Amino acid sequence: MKARVLIRPKAGILDPQGVAVERALPALGFEGVTNVHVGRLVELEIEDQSQLDALCQKLLANTLIEDFEVELL
Amino acid sequence: MKFGVVQFPGSCDERDTVLACEKVGEAQLLWHADPDLHASDAIVIPGGFSYGDYLRVGAIAQFSPVMESVIDFAADGGPVLGICNGFQVLCETGLLPGALLPNTGLRFICRQVQLEVVNAETQFTRAMTAGEQISIPAKHTTGRYYAPGIAEEQIVFRYATGENPNGSQDDIAGVVNEAGNVMGLMPHPEHAVDELTGGSTDGLKIFESMALALA
Repeated sequence: MKARVLIRPKAGILDPQGVAVERALPALGFEGVTNVHVGRLVELEIEDQSQLDALCQKLLANTLIEDFEVELL
Repeated sequence: MKFGVVQFPGSCDERDTVLACEKVGEAQLLWHADPDLHASDAIVIPGGFSYGDYLRVGAIAQFSPVMESVIDFAADGGPVLGICNGFQVLCETGLLPGALLPNTGLRFICRQVQLEVVNAETQFTRAMTAGEQISIPAKHTTGRYYAPGIAEEQIVFRYATGENPNGSQDDIAGVVNEAGNVMGLMPHPEHAVDELTGGSTDGLKIFESMALALA
């Protein structure tokens, strides 16, 4: 089973990478882009899909500062 | 007393930490793959880039064999100090509250910082007085401390006014756990133990405090 885990900074926590990208866009002529956030994407293959949530909680994301979403492929 | 200084692949401050510990006691390196703490009386997790900072700073190191023993050691009340990446590792293991986020400015910062001692009652600060300022170096990219709801008595060091280099919540530079036997801080006391290279010897006070506490 293939899965894709999207990890993003929690809403309300300053995401300086997102801010830096957002500020760079107007200089390149892309106006009107807001709320940019930069996260991580982890792709994996797993035999027992019931373990996915636990492994995300324990290692892939730090749930104090990040949210994650699992997508099965 | 004997300090055990943990060495992960990617650690880079372990030698300075051993030298700092040796100014107040004995010290030995503890390799990450060996769960034996070799009768250490106190553990120091030094700075660096454990496991290449892969995934998230400190995230992989928390599952190393030595850390399982360090977690048990801390649960039994043993003193554990985490410096910089060591602080990040201790937060990831849950031995300390909170997490470290990328600096607000996104840049690696490397400079001497003034810290104010907020709590001088801990076993890591008893050679200091509350309100005292110490000057030690900070060097990191991921040092913005975030710990919603942390208790005031757990805050041990704050960056002095105007000195916060990374956007840390409430200028927090170092914290202890509720039991008071685990401390983490981002700046580097081990690099400030010799006038010739350290800019000050203020960092020594933390190691002296730990030695005093175990004497």
